[in-house]
Amino acid sequence: MAVSIGEVENISKLAKLKFNEEELKKLQTDLNNILEYIDQLNEVNLDDVEPLENINELVNILRKDEVMQWLTQKEALQNAPDKTGNYFRVPKVIDK
Amino acid sequence: MIQNRNLNEIQKELNSGKLLLVDAVKYYLDKISSQKHLNVFISVFENDALTRAEEIQKKINSGTAGKLAGLVISVKDVITIKDKLHTCGSKILSNYTSVYNATVIERLISEDAIIIGKVNCDEFAMGSSNENSYFGAVLNPVDNSRVPGGSSGGSAVSVAADMCMVSLGSETGGSIRQPASFCGITGLKATYGRISRFGLTAFASSFDSIGIFGKNDYDIAAVLEVISGEDEYDSTSAKEKVPEFTVETGNNIKPGEIIFGYAKEYFEDGLNEEIKNGILKKIEFLKNKGFEVKEISLPHSKYVIQTYYILTSAEASSNLARYDGVRFGFKSENHSNLEEMYVNTRSEGFGAEVKRRIMLGTYVLSSGYYDAYYKKGQKMRRKITEDFENAFKEVDYIISPTTPTTAFKLGEKNDDPLAMYLNDIYTASVNLAAIPAISVPAGNDSNGLPFGIQIMGKKFDEAGLLKVSKLFI
Repeated sequence: MAVSIGEVENISKLAKLKFNEEELKKLQTDLNNILEYIDQLNEVNLDDVEPLENINELVNILRKDEVMQWLTQKEALQNAPDKTGNYFRVPKVIDK
Repeated sequence: MIQNRNLNEIQKELNSGKLLLVDAVKYYLDKISSQKHLNVFISVFENDALTRAEEIQKKINSGTAGKLAGLVISVKDVITIKDKLHTCGSKILSNYTSVYNATVIERLISEDAIIIGKVNCDEFAMGSSNENSYFGAVLNPVDNSRVPGGSSGGSAVSVAADMCMVSLGSETGGSIRQPASFCGITGLKATYGRISRFGLTAFASSFDSIGIFGKNDYDIAAVLEVISGEDEYDSTSAKEKVPEFTVETGNNIKPGEIIFGYAKEYFEDGLNEEIKNGILKKIEFLKNKGFEVKEISLPHSKYVIQTYYILTSAEASSNLARYDGVRFGFKSENHSNLEEMYVNTRSEGFGAEVKRRIMLGTYVLSSGYYDAYYKKGQKMRRKITEDFENAFKEVDYIISPTTPTTAFKLGEKNDDPLAMYLNDIYTASVNLAAIPAISVPAGNDSNGLPFGIQIMGKKFDEAGLLKVSKLFI
């Protein structure tokens, strides 16, 4: 199942990445090579195998729902590229 | 003076007054500054380390020092230290300062270890050569034209080139054992969950684990003893009791107590002949010592890398969605709306390999392909895990080469991601199965390049791995 350039472009939109034409072509080649290799899994019949979803098979690790002092607002905002007052700032998303 | 001494010996010298801690720290700082060409450290904490040395020296003098007093350690730049730069080897975090300590860091500090700096690595721990760092490649100290391995390349070189005693690295698929093998030192990957991941920047959360590089079993045991154990901040951390590793590893393993296995699948095509012969010699050595060594089978070994890349890329694509230029890190100034800000920040901030994995991960999780790839990967992960469960019914430890080749040349595999991925063919299975493993130096090839022998064990048997590793030294 070869991946087309159109699909690579579509995936890049989902991943919020953009590539120039040359990069897209290289990615298409790389992804097709990797996926072709991955397709070797089809040699094995896995129909009756239960997917392994939880590697250490722990169940329901719960804690009390308590308020704890963790990061202060100042610390949480300390690394923000753009902020105003006590908020992160992003470009305007609602037009007038 | 302190070269090639283990922590126990150094502590004796510190306690007797023969050695001053500040001199030990200065020794390592000198090694760091005289070997800058290896490009190992992203941050060096010179003043902090010297100040801590004075403070801890006072505790030593008054007999109140912690278990790790005397230990000088470096930390891979994917583990957070409060108020320090935390880059993950990426442009996107190149200006990010951590606001908290990882649990392992808290535990190291509380036992008086001295953290000397943070070391280079592949971007977000994705890579097998340490060439994928925004801060440039790390060089192999044995041969500067070759890679040190990755992703924890800086950690491996910091220990191999004597810039510290021990280093904390991390593994998602061989990222400690492979560079340990390439640099001729010991690297331990503990059981998934043994060591808290709190403060370890996520790559693939069901695989990621912190581990330890060192030159001897004692130093690794001492650090493991301190950093292991349940953590309320990491719900995947294991409740399993933590043994006194330094005491346990003082005992020697004798023939008759354990059975070794080697998987025939790990000695097939693609394995360098010199490494193959080196490991087979080690097997003979064990037999001559009277140990039982059995051939076993791990039948799904040829599907390890495929499964690994489906699952880790999927998890990475999800984990790396958080880098969007809003809350922390680099932000592109080239945008006229929010969508462009996201896209340009990520496109300018991530390197090529990280983008490739995000793309692959997004693809295998996308509508229509989920069952064909992601779910199939999870099914194969169960089969690979069962291979190990079955093997460990017959044997206690499985030995293998750590890597199919010795360290390769810088740039040699950059154009072929698949060739790069195959470096982890003997190591990634351990991460899929969540078991512990260690790589110990096993010899050198005809170019003088080191290679390691890997020992894989049952879940939570790190003490056994450390004991077994002593047989090969």
